Amino acid sequence: MNKKLLSAILLSAFFTLAPQLVYAEKSDYLRPKLTVPADNINNPARVTLGKNLFFDPRLSGSRWISCATCHNPGLGWADGLATGIGHGMGGLLRSSPTVINTAYNKFQFWDGRARTLEAQAVEPIKAAGEMARDMKELTIELESIAGYKKMFDKAYPGEGVSETTIGKALAAYERTLITADAPFDRWVAGDETAMSDAAKRGFEVFEGKGQCDLCHSGFNFQDDGFHNIGIQQDPPDAGRYNVRPVAILMGAFKTPTLREITRTSPYMHNGSYKTLLEVVDHYDRGGDTDKNLSPNIRPLGLTQSEKTDLVAFMVALVTEKPLAVTLPNLPQISPEYPQ
Amino acid sequence: MKIQILCLLPLAMSLSCASVADEVIIDQLNKEFVFGGETVAALTIKTGDTLVFRNRDEFFHNIYSLSDLTTFDLGSFPKGDARSVTFDEPGVAEIECAIHPDMYMTVEVE
Repeated sequence: MNKKLLSAILLSAFFTLAPQLVYAEKSDYLRPKLTVPADNINNPARVTLGKNLFFDPRLSGSRWISCATCHNPGLGWADGLATGIGHGMGGLLRSSPTVINTAYNKFQFWDGRARTLEAQAVEPIKAAGEMARDMKELTIELESIAGYKKMFDKAYPGEGVSETTIGKALAAYERTLITADAPFDRWVAGDETAMSDAAKRGFEVFEGKGQCDLCHSGFNFQDDGFHNIGIQQDPPDAGRYNVRPVAILMGAFKTPTLREITRTSPYMHNGSYKTLLEVVDHYDRGGDTDKNLSPNIRPLGLTQSEKTDLVAFMVALVTEKPLAVTLPNLPQISPEYPQ
Repeated sequence: MKIQILCLLPLAMSLSCASVADEVIIDQLNKEFVFGGETVAALTIKTGDTLVFRNRDEFFHNIYSLSDLTTFDLGSFPKGDARSVTFDEPGVAEIECAIHPDMYMTVEVE
């Protein structure tokens, strides 16, 4: 057979049989505009109130767990634990997710059971295993603290101290917990020196052979989707299936952001991996169980250098300086104390 | 002859009714339901119509409904594949993608 003809046939067969990778454009990673509910537009009064509530352990039944206990700014707004610890030092089933950039998420919690930050923010306060606070008692107590009463009146005039306004204020504060530009963002904006060569190669793997961007997509590197990625867990956690009993969702969890990733170890919904290389290895071997495994998960055949490049790319998603925060002086009960 | 025509009439009517039922193609594109090139959040169809869900994204979708009107799970399917469901009763169905639940639409069956 004519060599040219043979080459043409082989080339044609390759393009027909090989998976067709579609690469995202750099513009797909640009920072989107935040969507904010019309009845909770951010303003300084709302953010200040939300910040005070976020760091106030009196929101819990025990008076010693605040939102910041599990979402600690010093630990990437997570807690550094594999799985959270709640009321009475009780162990929780899942890892505490970072609240950084959660304002971009369309679904909150690992299983997506809340659609808004406002709805999400009050649930851990009420949950018996987490902050275990009776909401009615909490609103009465907050109302009795003059400093808080003043803050609520200023932030939400005429709306009072209620579960709704507590949720709104916490959401307003969380909408300020947004990452600054990381090296990757500067590279996307055109600064070729912003990322190392290893990180650039890692990005190629991320979008190509690794197909990581099938789920970790867009500016926040998450798709508002739910996937079973083959985590071996005993006892099993049904995840999203508890919210929507559809077969594919058994053991499926929300795709987490990759932003600030080196600050939010350990990884996965149950904190089963301490390092990014362990995470990459997990995906490279196609998960650890094929029980209800997402069809996106399969062995990748990555080389060692591709794995380290992938990690270098993820490091480029981390800001040089973490989000700075100053702790609030919380309003005190006694009026003679400074408010 | 007249008797023969009368006998055939029900068959003709039946065929006529069958041809009235439509196949309506709903694409899944950029994690949205798309009908006739436009994003669709609500659609009205007739009883007996079939919705054909066609995946045009690079990743899997899994279309389902857990509505009072109907319950179905079309399973996961990749780009290029399509799955269909016929609506035999009037009412309203909510349809979502299980993997990407922001993909949501309602279908009113008249």
